[in-house]
Amino acid sequence: MDYHSPASFAEASALAANATGITRFLAGGTDVLVQMRADIVTPDTLIDIKKIDGVRDITRNDDGSWTIGVAVTGAEMSEHPELGRDWPGVVEAMDLIGSTQVQGRATLTGNLCNASPAADSVPAMVAAGVTVTVTGPNGDREVPVEQIPTAPGRTSLAKGELISALHIPARGENGGDAYLRFIPRTEMDIAVVGCGVNLRIDGDTITEARVSLGAVAPTVLLVEDCARAIIGTKLDEAALEALAAAASAACNPINDKRGTIEFRTEVAGVLAKRAARIAYARAKGEKA
Amino acid sequence: MSKIHVTTTVNGDEVDFLCDPRETLLDCLRDRLNLTGAKEGCGTGDCGACSVTLDGRLVCSCLVLGVEAEGKEIGTVEGIADGDVLHPLQKKFIEYAALQCGVCTPGILVAAKALLEKNPDPTEEEVRYWLAGNLCRCTGYDKIIRAVMDTAAELREAV
Amino acid sequence: MALDDRKTDFKFVGTRPDRPDGLDKVTGRAKFGADMYAPGMLHGAILRSPHAHARIVKIDTSKAEALKDVKAVVTRADFSDEVEFKPGLEGEFWNVLENVMAGEKALYDGHAVAAVAATSALAARDALKLIEVEYEVLPHVTDVDKAMEPDAPVIREGAADYSVPEGMHPNVVRYHESGHGDVEAGFAEADLVIEDHFDTEATHQGYIEPHACLAMLGNDGKGELWCCTQGHWIVQKTCAALLGIETSQLRVTASEIGGGFGGKTTVFIEPVALALSRKANRPVKLVMSRSEVFRATGPTASASMDVKIGMKKDGTITAAQGVFRLQGGAFPGAPGDFTAMCAFAPYNLTNVRQVGYDVMTNRPKQAAYRAPGAPMGAFAVESVIDELCNQLGLDPIDVRLKNAAREGTKASYGPRYPRIGLVETLEAAKAHPHYSAPLKPGQGRGISCGFWFNHGGETSVSLALSEDGSAQVMVGTPDIGGSRASMALMAAEVLGIPYENIRVTVADTATLGYNDVSHGSRVTYASGLATIKAAQNAVEKLCERAAAKWGIPVDAVKWENGCAVPSGPNAGDFDPLPIAEITADMGRTGGPISGHFEATPEGAGVSFGTHIVDAEVDRETGKTTITRYTVIQDAGKAIHPTYVEGQFQGGAAQGIGWALNEEYIYGEDGRLQNAVFLDYRIPVASDLPMIDTVIVEVPNPGHPFGVRGVGETGIVPPLAAIANAVSNAAGVRMRQLPMSPPRVLAALKGDG
Repeated sequence: MDYHSPASFAEASALAANATGITRFLAGGTDVLVQMRADIVTPDTLIDIKKIDGVRDITRNDDGSWTIGVAVTGAEMSEHPELGRDWPGVVEAMDLIGSTQVQGRATLTGNLCNASPAADSVPAMVAAGVTVTVTGPNGDREVPVEQIPTAPGRTSLAKGELISALHIPARGENGGDAYLRFIPRTEMDIAVVGCGVNLRIDGDTITEARVSLGAVAPTVLLVEDCARAIIGTKLDEAALEALAAAASAACNPINDKRGTIEFRTEVAGVLAKRAARIAYARAKGEKA
Repeated sequence: MSKIHVTTTVNGDEVDFLCDPRETLLDCLRDRLNLTGAKEGCGTGDCGACSVTLDGRLVCSCLVLGVEAEGKEIGTVEGIADGDVLHPLQKKFIEYAALQCGVCTPGILVAAKALLEKNPDPTEEEVRYWLAGNLCRCTGYDKIIRAVMDTAAELREAV
Repeated sequence: MALDDRKTDFKFVGTRPDRPDGLDKVTGRAKFGADMYAPGMLHGAILRSPHAHARIVKIDTSKAEALKDVKAVVTRADFSDEVEFKPGLEGEFWNVLENVMAGEKALYDGHAVAAVAATSALAARDALKLIEVEYEVLPHVTDVDKAMEPDAPVIREGAADYSVPEGMHPNVVRYHESGHGDVEAGFAEADLVIEDHFDTEATHQGYIEPHACLAMLGNDGKGELWCCTQGHWIVQKTCAALLGIETSQLRVTASEIGGGFGGKTTVFIEPVALALSRKANRPVKLVMSRSEVFRATGPTASASMDVKIGMKKDGTITAAQGVFRLQGGAFPGAPGDFTAMCAFAPYNLTNVRQVGYDVMTNRPKQAAYRAPGAPMGAFAVESVIDELCNQLGLDPIDVRLKNAAREGTKASYGPRYPRIGLVETLEAAKAHPHYSAPLKPGQGRGISCGFWFNHGGETSVSLALSEDGSAQVMVGTPDIGGSRASMALMAAEVLGIPYENIRVTVADTATLGYNDVSHGSRVTYASGLATIKAAQNAVEKLCERAAAKWGIPVDAVKWENGCAVPSGPNAGDFDPLPIAEITADMGRTGGPISGHFEATPEGAGVSFGTHIVDAEVDRETGKTTITRYTVIQDAGKAIHPTYVEGQFQGGAAQGIGWALNEEYIYGEDGRLQNAVFLDYRIPVASDLPMIDTVIVEVPNPGHPFGVRGVGETGIVPPLAAIANAVSNAAGVRMRQLPMSPPRVLAALKGDG
């Protein structure tokens, strides 16, 4: 295995474009090293992107939006004094991944590019409307996060392409987001079901909403029926039931060692309701 | 396979070693530097027995490559005591019998020390969640949690 | 040992000093299995079958052998089934050989088929990829009930022993039946009879330290082995047999051990490392990965059980019957007999009958796991008792007290009990504030009793006095959880010298006589007994020296507070002679003073516990949270109470994992699906509450200080206690473990 630590994304892209065999980018390494240890994937070329300038930066832009460097760890996001106030759902989703130790390494970018349908940060990012900058041999392009994973373990990134930054929209007024997942223990598990909700209210009425589900289909789902079920409502019981029904209806899960089809379908509705209540309370400025 | 030369700092001492780029920091600490305090319980970041600090940040050394240690500062269980004076956590772990077999203990001590440096007054729940990535199969965690809480209280009094 | 021999007032025993190996273990200097290195050392790696059941047609190792870094490759051909002075490997030795390196067939996913030693761990792993194995895949079975069906694939013909009745499937390899009275007549007397079926899945001991060893063996048949094990003499004996060398020529040193719980009472990688070392003529280190631990070392058995109990309206049990089917992987050994014998052991029953089956499947060879077999049976029996109490409106502790076994009760498995402490644990449970604390909505409370035999086993201890009056104790039972401290306390008690003046060493096989494994909760009991006896042996010699010095008969000297003193006013008027004054002169007064004891003590003393658990069930997701837990157990006499509490807490925590989330999950292809800690879900710190403990002390008549082993009983009650708590919280009886959220949610919705 060849190890490289380029100083720029252009250099990283060129290394990847010219490499033969299996190439992996190394950010936090919490997936790549596990796959290497288990002999699932042994890259021929490993490109460590942590020595590129700015990859550890969390930046609030003038328009209120956020740019997150690709090597920013979960711990750094949680410790940031402002980010969690704007986007508690995104920060909490990232924080749910693994242990304190894993939080010291794991990144949003890595979680996204590992392309697991159960990745915790991805439903939260999808709900929040996060986009990424993809740098490749032909320059940069902006892509919504939901278009990065295409199937379990697969992404839409072409040879020589890598993510060079993440962008979280400006929070704006009267908005709130939340992410919940179901795991059998209290920590250290992969999500059996995950749900992200991001909404905006006018008075008590929901005016905008994005609802996403994880671990219930080959990729994270952005469920428009869920959004429709709560937009225009005050998140009353009927709206919550409609939301739960829409979430369960959107599920296309599998039976596996982590959960059954029936369980995932049922619990997707439960989590959608619970996450929506939290996001709604946050949008109203309540502590949740 | 060509090896890479790495220069790093471990427990304040500058050290260097040659390693295969596939070797983890844990492998390098143990096999290259003879620091066997950190243990491999899983190799997948699930058990925390290999916990070390990397530039002050708690990590699993099985999820860091040896080559990534270049220019960094690493802290291991071997560096917790100050000469012949044990760290209060070490003393409390013995006093409380917070270890039975002791194989998870190095990782838990490194992790608990990182917690108390960040949060000198943690709740029981905060200690439990902070240490959720450090598996212990012997104790049921009870005495570990009590030892950490009592150390925190003692350190607060000492300030 | 006679009862009047037993000591009841103690100076050191019952105190809570720091453990002697504490400093080593908090500073990282303690050496565990993987922490040893040798000059010129190679690293080994093992190739494992990806198939649950397959004939090994051909193994081609030539490409691996051709690598420059590879120094040895071994397969089954490198182990001899037969050697000149040990004709024919029989019984368990043959099973272990077959398990550590497959012969004609791979019998489970993860079964070793070849191994490599190379100049680095990475080179060894790379070399494995070049070994070509041609398999003929065979039909497989991993479920215990399916393995007993007529058309089930046969794991191995002729594995059954004499106990199996005619007409059973060849996969049924041992059968146990016991009991007394007339169960049918007893059921006829009952006001309510409940019969139910229960299942438990296999769980792994889950020690945090993977198996590891460093082996050196030459063609001269002399070897050295360093390994993490619960018992190095069994390693010595087994490896010598498998390698065809003399037992005494292999010196085995036990490293510090990172947990075992029964799983390190046999060998897996040690014979392979020795074979590689012999072939390469260099030291070989072999360390398992976590997934190898899950795939190829001993989980416990899974179980399918039917239990029927009859009860009168006043709570009297009129009859009890159980059928317990356990699969233990591809070899005989599932503890169906222990399950059957322990299941009803807490109760005084007029009519009881129990049947146990040992069944083979295509899974890894089961290994002992903390009270092997007992937790499953207790789960089934104590669940039925709970349901009887619920339906008859009776208090579950009162009912257990009414039926509890006492001194003189004829046990369900045959013998009459000597003095036992079950009633005391039940009374302590009833009086405990936990039992009367109010429950919140959504919570349920469960209780359960548990029983374990405990064990004595072959034991040797030597104690040597130094010239300054300090003492070194050599024991042969690896210290799994603080036993050096217990041994030092017991030696201090006899010698009358401070705890700190005693150093306890776990001796290697070359420096002490044979010792059975650290299992069966036997260490504090048996090594403790032997330590006391060895110390008493040394004290006799100290008294002889004093008698000689004073010129009085030895029976006129007694030992008090670390000094020889005249036994009474008639013995003479001499100042107390401290131990250090005797040992300072010992070279001139007759030579070194040591004490020894070797025996197989038989009075281990059975042990009982009662657990109280509160559980809260999320009715929308089926998730269970344990909100409060209390362990009450009879320790006989707690030598170091803090470590006794630790055993209670550890057993409860493992039981919580087994009850709620831990399980071996096999795919249709017979491959283990969750061979990592990510998906084999042992409890993490945030999953558990504090675990309260109550140490009951009803002295064991078979130990000089009254000790009963405490290590295992603590895992017997939790499965049932938690199942009862969850069932009471959910309002639906849970009959299958683990009670994972999908299973509980399905039960709540009425389709589980």
